[in-house]
Amino acid sequence: MIELNDVRKVFPARGQAGEVVAVDGVSLAVDRGEFAGVVGPSGSGKSTLVRLVNLLERPTSGSVTVDGQLLTELPDEQVRQARRSIGMVFQHFELLDSRTAAGNVEHPLELSGMGRAERRRRAGELLDLVGLGDRAGARPAQLSGGQKQRVAIARALAVRPTVLLCDEATSALDQASTTGVLELLRRVRDELGLTVLLITHEMSVVKAVCDSAVLLDRGRVVDGGRLADVLTRPGSPLGDALLPAPVADAGAAHDGALLRVTVTDRTPETLVLQTLIGELGLAVEIAGGSVETVAGGRYGRLLLRVTGGVAGLDDAVHRLRAGGVLVERVAATAEVAR
Amino acid sequence: MSDWNRIWPQLLDATWETLYMVGVAALVTVLLGVPLGVLLTVTAPGGLAPRPLLHRLVGLVVNLGRALPFIILLVLVAPVTRGIVGTTIGSTAAIVPLTIGAVPFLARLVETSLREVAAGKVEAALSMGARRRDVVRTVLLPEARPSLVAGITVTVVALISYSAMAGAVGGGGLGDFAIRFGYQQFRTDITLATVVLLLVIVQALQWAGDRWARSLAHA
Repeated sequence: MIELNDVRKVFPARGQAGEVVAVDGVSLAVDRGEFAGVVGPSGSGKSTLVRLVNLLERPTSGSVTVDGQLLTELPDEQVRQARRSIGMVFQHFELLDSRTAAGNVEHPLELSGMGRAERRRRAGELLDLVGLGDRAGARPAQLSGGQKQRVAIARALAVRPTVLLCDEATSALDQASTTGVLELLRRVRDELGLTVLLITHEMSVVKAVCDSAVLLDRGRVVDGGRLADVLTRPGSPLGDALLPAPVADAGAAHDGALLRVTVTDRTPETLVLQTLIGELGLAVEIAGGSVETVAGGRYGRLLLRVTGGVAGLDDAVHRLRAGGVLVERVAATAEVAR
Repeated sequence: MSDWNRIWPQLLDATWETLYMVGVAALVTVLLGVPLGVLLTVTAPGGLAPRPLLHRLVGLVVNLGRALPFIILLVLVAPVTRGIVGTTIGSTAAIVPLTIGAVPFLARLVETSLREVAAGKVEAALSMGARRRDVVRTVLLPEARPSLVAGITVTVVALISYSAMAGAVGGGGLGDFAIRFGYQQFRTDITLATVVLLLVIVQALQWAGDRWARSLAHA
């Protein structure tokens, strides 16, 4: 549905500052109906990247395809038309203060030439969809941050887009509003069959709503994939960011080997400990662990200190991997040093 | 003094002349100054339609208009006035230099107002597929409306002060009246009455402008 092919964006040098390579050869594909995330630290080029999708920023090189249309080859007038099928929500909402909530939702409908009565009806319908049917006449200044973002989402959906771009849509919101807005985004994706591309610097947002994500750093894609795959892929930077490895207690005895075990809700409950203790007779101490819900699934990461001989350990790693469990041997000192 | 019976009707006439000059000049100034301010805004580097050369050229002309002392402008545009109105004397003739003096002033104020509209709102409209003119019509002007009204109020008040000067070169109005009856005939009471009248007009305009601007501000 969205396809970026080796896209680069270079901002020319201005004054003292040299040229800035904001996006450096990014390729990205988002399937129809997918909820995809782009996550990375500030300054990693996320906001530029999302603006390349609807050509608010023209790429310096590379191609952008949305819904089968090669946008980078289209003349301006057709790009403008194409933008109508790509809704966008922003960190700071960007509602017009001169209009009511309903007036803001009507804005894109007005631009598309829809008649007044029809606009009214559609705006009411959309405000109902986002749960603000009773605030149609309110001015943005009278709404809370979460409510403003709901209006902005209604506005972005007004002309029935197939793609929704979210640029740090929850970064200006408190925890409760964030949860509400994310639930809304997920629901409209499900109900309207939208394809969503969400930009964020918060891993918790990715965990809550995304099916897949890419990790961006200094304009480049460092890692990415479906979250379920990323979490069980050894050494994945995105997987580690989503499910931080537990840290071993530095004061604990240092004999034995450390194993980092990642289990999913598809892992048989007793597999790990049963294998290690019951079948191999190893001594196992749980040095750390965490369990998180990611993309609707439960994922756990355990740090186990195992004693009982090298041969037994190799056998253990082998058996667990055969059972579909991600097992990594960890150097104790490196883990403690984190 | 007894001659106030004779002076009152003339003061009233002079007031009407001032209101007429300022009213028409203000109308024309808004019609020309707002589009000029829009032009300055959209052609600026980083604007909606950057045209650096055009922007600098228009900026230069606007600055020239603002740098020129109004009394010099009055004389300089006399040929233009004659071309448009047919004469350089009288209230109608004074409207031409008044307008020429006020348009650059308002244009700069409009530019400042429009520039204060958050860039994100413009970006949001563009993301909806808005044309540039849609952005000006549905985002920039409506969002800047309270600030535009304040700018127009300041301009109209400036026009009243300019109009007093226009009176000095035969434009009529309260300024002309104050000079001919008050200053030249040593009638301080007449000068004072004129000043009070001007103050009332300015005060009323400012009050109305502020109220209007406030009623438009929703943020």
